[in-house]
Amino acid sequence: MQTVFQKPSVLTDAPMHYCPGCTHGIVHRLVAQALEELGVEGKAVGVASVGCSVMCYDYFSCDMVQAPHGRAQAVATGLKRARPENVIFTYQGDGDLAAIGTAETVHAATRGENITVIFINNAIYGMTGGQMAPTSLPGQVTQTTPYGRDTNTAGYPVKVCELLSTLDGVALAQRVTVNNVKNVNIARKAIKKAFQNQIEGKGYSIIEVLSTCPTNWGLSPTEALKWLEENMIPYYPLGVYKDVEGGVKK
Amino acid sequence: MKVLMKGNEALAEAAIRAGCRHFFGYPITPQTELAAYMSKRMPKIGGTYLQAESEIAAVNMVLGASAAGVRAMTSSSSPGVSLKGEGISYMAGSDLPALIINVQRGGPGLGGIQPSQADYWQATKATGHGDFQILVFAPSTVQEMVDLVSDAFDLADQYRMPAMILADGMLGQMMEPVTLPEEGGKAPIEKPWAACGHGGKREHNIVNSLYLTPDKLESLVKERFARYEIIKEKEQRAEEYLTDDADVVVVAYGASSRVAKGAVNKARELGLKAGLVRPITLWPFPADALNRAASHAKALLAVEMSMGQMVDDVKLAINCQKPVHFFGRTGGMIPTPAEVLEQIKGLV
Repeated sequence: MQTVFQKPSVLTDAPMHYCPGCTHGIVHRLVAQALEELGVEGKAVGVASVGCSVMCYDYFSCDMVQAPHGRAQAVATGLKRARPENVIFTYQGDGDLAAIGTAETVHAATRGENITVIFINNAIYGMTGGQMAPTSLPGQVTQTTPYGRDTNTAGYPVKVCELLSTLDGVALAQRVTVNNVKNVNIARKAIKKAFQNQIEGKGYSIIEVLSTCPTNWGLSPTEALKWLEENMIPYYPLGVYKDVEGGVKK
Repeated sequence: MKVLMKGNEALAEAAIRAGCRHFFGYPITPQTELAAYMSKRMPKIGGTYLQAESEIAAVNMVLGASAAGVRAMTSSSSPGVSLKGEGISYMAGSDLPALIINVQRGGPGLGGIQPSQADYWQATKATGHGDFQILVFAPSTVQEMVDLVSDAFDLADQYRMPAMILADGMLGQMMEPVTLPEEGGKAPIEKPWAACGHGGKREHNIVNSLYLTPDKLESLVKERFARYEIIKEKEQRAEEYLTDDADVVVVAYGASSRVAKGAVNKARELGLKAGLVRPITLWPFPADALNRAASHAKALLAVEMSMGQMVDDVKLAINCQKPVHFFGRTGGMIPTPAEVLEQIKGLV
């Protein structure tokens, strides 16, 4: 019998705890696939951040480190500086990367740390039960913005790819999503390129993945995808924000 | 061969000679020379000097480098060490070795930049959240700073836990002649737990402090505390000076122990039987040395550059069997031998 589809070898057999309709599973698969295709599982070390994906250390079969909230890219910096031959990635949500870890993110990027950052933007704090994220949209109702995010008091969403693309240390900043097959394929290529960049020593690469959180958005999985298409993509346009072909000058 | 070195620079050179090639720091007075020395030396020997965006980032870079299995360190001074508390707790919870140096200054808040010992409680009891201890060493000379750096790295590796050198602005800034060890003394120990890429040769390693099942977390914490019991039994260190016949036993560590020793010598010249117990490890606290000295003493006197922090541990160590008095100056003020002598006189 011919095998036409299988789990990437870089994912373990541990059952994932993610909610139905959450896109973490797809992105995990894409990361694992990239590591497998590039043949670097044995050199890879992932950094799990605090949030829904904290237990991804059980799901990826490469070595893993769990970082304090927001500090994934500082931890990744330490791992990479200690062993530059390793392939280091962080897997972070919006609260971790764009709120409590903003300083670590901006400075790892501006240093041009030769790491790969996978950034899950689902516009909400998932693990703690649906509070406003730095990327929650204006007017978005969350547990801590029960009347909708009021930009007068709660400010505006952080546009991470736009922000980081202004920094000289960044080699690749790209925003993708995984709402349909076409976009999953674009995301797959982007994630692989972000790892390829690191292997080639090109510098800091970040892939922002617009993601769904049906549970905390209070929507069904299909409604959540529709909400993402109608609300998130217009506010956070997909595309390549920065791509330095030859890598960042050191 | 002896060389004249500033305490902060001697700490840095000793760390390099102990095999440390990864330093992550952030500028703060009065430890600045340590980082500056590293920035000069590390690039020449293929090491990493990285000036982080914050103390928080620096300690988490240490966490990452340590997780990768290399010797890593950071240094700071009091307000900066508060920020490192998060990373220290995570390293303790992940069983990671590391060296953290605190060149103490006056507090609380921004405090001052003069020498202080007001971070004793922080170092020995509350470096961060959760049930854990770190090894804490208290040098009193520049030579001892050099010697303790390699011991701190070795014991941190052996027991898989963070270690701290608790110095102060006086020791960091003063110059003394030191003998530096040759590099490459001891072979580094194997770290089969490190997250450094499994190379397809083993199961994946996970460096982690999250355990959502209470009985699992409890058993891990208990395992760590069983290790702490072994450390308390085997690793206590103290200098016992003229304590055999002492009626008054002064207890002081670090910079204040230098003052206390001067006062003890002066008391002896006056025919007063004074002695000194100088804790070299603050955790584990040298309870054995204190009990030996206290067994025939009339009273103990803790001398600190704080409002009285170590004094609590002195009372606990001897189970309050003898009166324990306290004299201290704080805010960057340094007690004088004459002041301590007056206290001794009052207790004989």
